[in-house]
Amino acid sequence: MLKTVEIWCLSLGALLLSMLLITAFIFTTGNSPGEVFHSLYRGAFGSWFSWQNTLVRAAPLMLTALCTALPARVGLIVIGGEGAMVVGGLTAAMTGIALQSAPSFIVISAMMILGGGCAGLWIIAVGALRHYRNVNETISSLLLNYIAIAVLNFLVVGVLKDPATLNNPSTYSIGEKNMITSIGDSSVHWGLLYGLVVCLAMWFVMRRTTFGFAADVTGGNIRAARLVGLPVAKIVLLSCFLGGAAAGLAGVIEIAAIQGRANSSLNAGYGYAGILVAFLARHNPLAIIPYALLLGGIQASGGLLQRAHDLPDATVAVFQGIIFIVILSSEMLYGRIKFLQPKSLIS
Amino acid sequence: MESDIGLWSVLIAVLGGAIRVGTPFIFVSLGECLTEKAGRINLGLEGNLIMGAMTGYAVSYLSGSPWLGVLAAGCSGCVLGILHALLCQNKQVNDIAVGIAMMLFATGIAFFYGKAFIQPSAPRLPSLGFGSWASSPVIKAALDINVLFFLGVALAPAMAWFLRTTRWGNAVRVVGESSDAALSLGMNINRVRLLSTMAGGGLAGIGGSYLSLYYPGSWSEGLSSGQGLMAVALVIFARWNPMNCLYASLLFGGAAALGPALQSVGVNWGYYLFNATPYVLTLVIMIAASSAKGAVPGMPGEFVK
Repeated sequence: MLKTVEIWCLSLGALLLSMLLITAFIFTTGNSPGEVFHSLYRGAFGSWFSWQNTLVRAAPLMLTALCTALPARVGLIVIGGEGAMVVGGLTAAMTGIALQSAPSFIVISAMMILGGGCAGLWIIAVGALRHYRNVNETISSLLLNYIAIAVLNFLVVGVLKDPATLNNPSTYSIGEKNMITSIGDSSVHWGLLYGLVVCLAMWFVMRRTTFGFAADVTGGNIRAARLVGLPVAKIVLLSCFLGGAAAGLAGVIEIAAIQGRANSSLNAGYGYAGILVAFLARHNPLAIIPYALLLGGIQASGGLLQRAHDLPDATVAVFQGIIFIVILSSEMLYGRIKFLQPKSLIS
Repeated sequence: MESDIGLWSVLIAVLGGAIRVGTPFIFVSLGECLTEKAGRINLGLEGNLIMGAMTGYAVSYLSGSPWLGVLAAGCSGCVLGILHALLCQNKQVNDIAVGIAMMLFATGIAFFYGKAFIQPSAPRLPSLGFGSWASSPVIKAALDINVLFFLGVALAPAMAWFLRTTRWGNAVRVVGESSDAALSLGMNINRVRLLSTMAGGGLAGIGGSYLSLYYPGSWSEGLSSGQGLMAVALVIFARWNPMNCLYASLLFGGAAALGPALQSVGVNWGYYLFNATPYVLTLVIMIAASSAKGAVPGMPGEFVK
């Protein structure tokens, strides 16, 4: 709790600095920074329509960020969110296709459980390889991303291909009735709620339960954790499972709420952006929510920037890159600025 | 007889592909190898690659000289490498996260400024036609080899020699093996890592210019298919050995060419599964080479901690 002030000050300071850099960048394009920032705000949070746009993009980010944030608490840097999302989505699609005629309640539940479960196992493999065989988890999870994407492409153009989808090869549909519906008459589907709920639940688990405390001890000093008799292997594997399952859920929602069938939209980069959201949030599940909204908002405003200021769609990527780099660099200031330190630690 | 010709054309296509597709891999993997030898992982080389491709193409178009483009691509990669190294100098800043952030940033910048260069066609790098004696167009195409390939082939033993015998090369290895040992020897760890990351980034930039100036040979936003990220896997596959990086790059290139080659003779099944071969292979090797106690042999000591 003592560090909260420091985290707030440095995060806001970093955001301010990145806004300055973005202003400089906008100047070089010959636009007025004020107007561009205004459009950025309007496109992201200015109206209910833009909020919907933002929320739809933020939901998968929240879930894939957990895939990095949760294993990070036990000291593993996992970057396999993209692969876990693909595995979750693919499993969900196969489940949906196989259970076509069952009641939709059962189909949706089965898709969630199997999709999340398989993706969880996918990341458990990473944790197990690290724990039992000392295989670098960052690299193995990166490799698994590519393997998952290859399997997806293989199935999507192969056995599971719906011949009706020519331009964008996809699997057969899971059926209209089995899809997660939108909230009211908005384009925001109930899937967003899962992102929020899972982030809150994981925050509770990590901050308020014995398991969360044990995970932090394991991440802080694995030898100390062993000495006090914590079941280190279980804690590591369970953290990986939860992270993988969260990213898998992002895939399930992509299938069940948006696409209705599995295709290349599963590996559109949410997994990689999620890694950064996790780092920006300093692996705190609660802080993931605002950062995911910020990122989703910037992405959502891309269309408006293009229309109103003739800025290419890559502008959004430049803004994101600047924010990421500045906030990540602000890490180096933690513990360095004297007046932000809790009094008891300064002698 | 029919299948005989099919087999030969597949083999030649794979060999030609190994050279053509593998060349950018050689540069990126040697760059990543040098960076990792100094004890740091740069996941952002994908960004260097794309930035290099854009810069190389733009400079080649504006100046009319593709070689000037290659030089500019190398410089742009160096700048990105320096940025990565400076950001990671502090222990609290995670090099993996910075790498991914740099990848996004560099890709964004490249796409932003590259918009203007999607249409015009820039002068491309020349190639040496070793296949002019052959009558078969397949062999001719396979033996049309770019100069950068030979540069890459020469670079691998040069880097191996540099790391093994020179004073600077030893400094890189010490810093990568144990920063404590390097400190006690009075080395400036940050400077060694800065220079290694810079040089590594520059090599990746040159690899990028190959993409836009030779094969596939024009600038577009879908130019790179993740070669920069793959390089990280490739270096592990090569056990942090520059010569192995060269062989592994050719192997990865060949593997990437296998799918299309099989497709051209009518084997369609499993095209996408073949794409996964390099990754599965790397993973299997990592698992086989690791043990409950130690890390993968050849891994710089700084990664084991």
